[in-house]
Amino acid sequence: MSSQDIPEENLPAEQDHHAHGAVSVADEKNPFADPGLPPHEHRIQDIDERAAKRSERVVAMLFTVSMLATVGFIASYVTIPKDKAIFVFPIGHISALNFALGLTLGAALFCIGAGAVHWARTLMSDVEVADERHAIAAEPEVKAKVLADFKQGAKESAIGRRKLIRNTMFGALTLVPLSGVVLLRDLGPLPGTSLRHTAWSKGKLLVNMNTNEPLRPSDVAVGSLTFAKPEGVEESQEDFQNVMAKAALMIIRLQPDNIKDKRELEWSHEGIVAYSKICTHVGCPISLYEQQTHHVLCPCHQSTFDLSDGARVIFGPAGHALPQLRIGVSEEGYLQALGDFEEPVGPAFWERG
Amino acid sequence: MKKLSARRRHPLAAVVVLLLALACTGGLYAAFAPASKAQADETSQSLTIEEGKKLYAVGCASCHGKGGQGSSDGPSLVGVGAAAVDFQVGTGRMPAATSQGPQVVKKKNIYTQAQIDQLAAFIASLGAGPAVPTKDLYGPDGADIAAGGELFRTNCAQCHNFVGSGGALTKGKFAPDLQGVDPKHIYEAMQTGPQNMPSFPDTTLSEKNKKDIIAYLDSVNSSKTVNPGGLNLGGIGPVSEGLFAWIFGLGALIAVAVWVAARTAKAKKS
Repeated sequence: MSSQDIPEENLPAEQDHHAHGAVSVADEKNPFADPGLPPHEHRIQDIDERAAKRSERVVAMLFTVSMLATVGFIASYVTIPKDKAIFVFPIGHISALNFALGLTLGAALFCIGAGAVHWARTLMSDVEVADERHAIAAEPEVKAKVLADFKQGAKESAIGRRKLIRNTMFGALTLVPLSGVVLLRDLGPLPGTSLRHTAWSKGKLLVNMNTNEPLRPSDVAVGSLTFAKPEGVEESQEDFQNVMAKAALMIIRLQPDNIKDKRELEWSHEGIVAYSKICTHVGCPISLYEQQTHHVLCPCHQSTFDLSDGARVIFGPAGHALPQLRIGVSEEGYLQALGDFEEPVGPAFWERG
Repeated sequence: MKKLSARRRHPLAAVVVLLLALACTGGLYAAFAPASKAQADETSQSLTIEEGKKLYAVGCASCHGKGGQGSSDGPSLVGVGAAAVDFQVGTGRMPAATSQGPQVVKKKNIYTQAQIDQLAAFIASLGAGPAVPTKDLYGPDGADIAAGGELFRTNCAQCHNFVGSGGALTKGKFAPDLQGVDPKHIYEAMQTGPQNMPSFPDTTLSEKNKKDIIAYLDSVNSSKTVNPGGLNLGGIGPVSEGLFAWIFGLGALIAVAVWVAARTAKAKKS
């Protein structure tokens, strides 16, 4: 609705331009004149009672829709089974319950907000109000009184004269926070040497994570990728994740002629090599293995290791080569570890250097 | 009858009669022609290999060598097995237009399944390798979707992402999205390890494991997948979700705030 629709007699009389806030005029002491607030303009709702009624109805309607949406939320929570799926274009097949709950709660909240905004903009008072700043400093009398009170209090407590009390109080206040610091010890047991050891040790068989069977050298084909856990570590164990976070192992097989690193060849068995699956940068599981380039890539920060060359870092932020596990074959013909990793697995820590 | 004879001199009458005659002859031939299965199996096998060899000479030999021994442009195909051929040719990756570039990508397959089978038979005759899986190996019957999910996250998710949406590798290489890939081709890829993908032979990832993985992919990454949370934004994890929330979610809020503030409520528009 534009101003043309407003009947002439309904327009307010000329405004009192200086109604709100103090206004100053430029003179010698104050060279900057304060222009004051611009004249207040009325809204259609201030002038036309029918428009105000309309706004009121719109706001009330929004609040009512919100109430209905909340009722709808409760109703869908009660009635829609949680495994029912519906097709909604363009989202696809989604859970009917999630969709209904989101839609109704969204509508309920949106209508409260929209109603409040419409109410504030069209019906609540929009008269501009100026609030003058007050001086930051306190009055001199108030200051003097506070200082006098403070001095009197210090004198009455005799803190300056009874030095023993003063010093012991300072001591007590200084020591109290220490109890909080000591409690930090409860954050967990000290790591000890656990960062340097894993669940691997001499004679432990390499057990295939997929089939839970010990691996034979003939199982591992050139170009394949297999993950293994140490014999005796079971998923039902309470600390399984903690143990595997250090012991996770990936096994690949290369043509022995392709192995460039002498120690890697020595620690392998017929081209089968076993490396830690934990990135030496920040410990992400790293197994994006490219079988033609023999590179393994970390998904977190793109550290790349060359598994045909002692898992040397060829790109990215990792600081150490991946630790290799020395493997051999047991008497029954299964792949077995010939010891733990020689160096700590995973990211560097400060004692490691 | 009067209606028909009235139209016998219509210019299209001859065409209609000809079409009818052709359809009749074709139908009669199809009904009475001798069944091709009558031939002896052994002869057909060697014939298939012979046909495959001819196809190989035209489409593959320039890179992989006349006897499949490989060259500087393509690896040896001795011992890769029929499954590798069925995957590479069936997904259109082979024959590749060029051996340049980070990796050979999926494109339109130009061979019929019969021709692929002939090629596969020829390659399989060069050296033993994995055979093309039968439908009961990759079909959904008896598969454990939950176990498949665990196996997928252990063996595949590092490259193909949690629900098989694919992901980036080094130097322009990537692991492709697995949606819409024929279950047979997924099975063959696991068996043979095409290009830079490591292989997962039956000795380390059993036939049942592979079936479970395929059933998992079918349940989480196919056109009939139910996504309880709504828009999955490609299923590639927190990056796309965060981007969507920050740009579209926050953007919409800012746009509404600007729109509310820009519209004056005054009766007299300035």
